[in-house]
Amino acid sequence: MTTVAAVLVLAGALLAFVGSLGLLRMKTFFERVHPPTMGTTLGTAFVLAGSMLYFTALESRLVLHEILIGVFMMLSTPVTYVLLGRAALRRERKAPDA
Amino acid sequence: MNSDFVVLTMAAAQLLLAFAMAFAFCRLLRGPHAHDRVLALDTLYVNAMLLILSFGIVWGSRDFFEVALVIGALGFVSTGAAAKFLLRGEVIE
Repeated sequence: MTTVAAVLVLAGALLAFVGSLGLLRMKTFFERVHPPTMGTTLGTAFVLAGSMLYFTALESRLVLHEILIGVFMMLSTPVTYVLLGRAALRRERKAPDA
Repeated sequence: MNSDFVVLTMAAAQLLLAFAMAFAFCRLLRGPHAHDRVLALDTLYVNAMLLILSFGIVWGSRDFFEVALVIGALGFVSTGAAAKFLLRGEVIE
């Protein structure tokens, strides 16, 4: 049980790592918006699932309060990215190379 | 309770998350535009939240969950405020 939880956390960490690597390596801003969403969606989901599984095994009762973070990230990430994308579009139209 | 495999896997996961935070911080310092820096800040706090969740698993304490929740909430507010500032030039109109 804890082994499965550890593997889930490792998978989530790998997704976050690849996403941050993409953030560092991509050329333009509109390419760079895409990779970090790997970590914020599936990476967070895997780490939260691993945490839930681990504490459920540790305390031998159902521990589900990590869902709170999942719901919060699911609601907050799109809002941030829409605001950021609109800000980037507006700023690059106003000053293309600034 | 914890076997060697679990300890090693968690250590590898924490190393990956630390590198992810380092990459995001590098982009935060380098990013040519202001919106690149805000994007890097967003990635940085998400990675920090995941790292603190993994610390909670390693130390077997549920107190870290609340820390992660607070980081998530404050990170969303700060990134949203910064993006709103870039969009309009002021945060509250």
